[in-house]
Amino acid sequence: MTVPTPDVIDRLADIHPGSFVDRIRKERPETRDNAQKSYLALFEPAHEGDVTRTERLIVATFVAGLHRADAAEAFYASGIEGDAAGITAVKSEIEGGWTSGPYGKYPSGPLSSEDKPGPAFTVSETGRKALGQKLSAALEHSHLLVYRPREASPAALQALLDAGWTTTAVVTLSQIVAFLAFQVRVVTGLAALSEAG
Amino acid sequence: MTETVIHPPIDNRPAAFTQAEIGWTPWLQPLTEEDLTDRHWAGLVDASRSKSPYFMLLARDPEILEARTKTDKDIFYNTRAGLPRAERELSATAASRLNGCIFCASVHSRFASHHSKRTGYVQKLLDEGTDADLGSRRWNAVTKVSVALTQTPSTFGVTDIEHLRSEGLDDLEIADAIHGAAFFNWANRLMLSLGEPTPAA
Repeated sequence: MTVPTPDVIDRLADIHPGSFVDRIRKERPETRDNAQKSYLALFEPAHEGDVTRTERLIVATFVAGLHRADAAEAFYASGIEGDAAGITAVKSEIEGGWTSGPYGKYPSGPLSSEDKPGPAFTVSETGRKALGQKLSAALEHSHLLVYRPREASPAALQALLDAGWTTTAVVTLSQIVAFLAFQVRVVTGLAALSEAG
Repeated sequence: MTETVIHPPIDNRPAAFTQAEIGWTPWLQPLTEEDLTDRHWAGLVDASRSKSPYFMLLARDPEILEARTKTDKDIFYNTRAGLPRAERELSATAASRLNGCIFCASVHSRFASHHSKRTGYVQKLLDEGTDADLGSRRWNAVTKVSVALTQTPSTFGVTDIEHLRSEGLDDLEIADAIHGAAFFNWANRLMLSLGEPTPAA
């Protein structure tokens, strides 16, 4: 028998049953339930498809870490089983990847005056050896999506395909990064609401 | 075999923020209706979304698409109490403006204008960016906290909650503003990275 997974946003934002933020969340049960179902669809998938559970968790750990969302980073890292080297490598890549966003260049034109150039992340040689080409490409793309999504391009997707990900896997990876960008912000927002009392 | 991306030929790519009805075209091959099983139709939620290349691309992973879509619909369309629709759309537009999603900003700025009738101020947000004075302390507050939450890492904190409260937002309205901004950090990243905007017809 499977034990129902507790609500991840409640857990990460430290929202307790009966608290006022808990009551607020329960006024939007569809939002609450589907945020959780999104988590389950990505991390406890009925169809693992072209991205393994460990790969999903390593990407999520990296994305949470880039957001400096410590509780989420620890939560996703704790789900990675039997890959201590992968956890060590991803934590090192997080520290190498820290910056502030959003930044990046716009398509050439009237918005060019708002261009904010910034770094394109590459996984270290040590990280690449530990994580392999596929995951390294996934982390490099994740960094782009987290900090400079306006610089996304067909070439960036081709790099994922060239590293061995399928088109469907690229959709799943994109959803993992984008969902995490949502989840960590809901946690930040609701934790602040809770703290404000 | 390695798959390849699509390089769509586009004349006059949209290069500025606009409320016009621009389009979107994918860089990866969407599914076709012939590819769809019951699982995929469930993921689309509304069968009419099989006409959208964006949703047909996301339908490659139908379970997350279904949960994403239902999250989206409740955050923006469930108007039982809470933040007025116009201000949820404002929150979405501000996040999209800061992240640089021309397509997302076009859709949600139109919705913000439609529901508020403050088209000129919505345009000011698009033209001048998220520091623009939107002619209303409440609108400026909703925009400012959407920006704080959208920064990576977020700079959002208790002072933002206090700012919204000082403009009269109650706790459910604040939670709606948080969810509107947070959701567009999901949507912007998909729209920006899986394809690009096309000019208005």
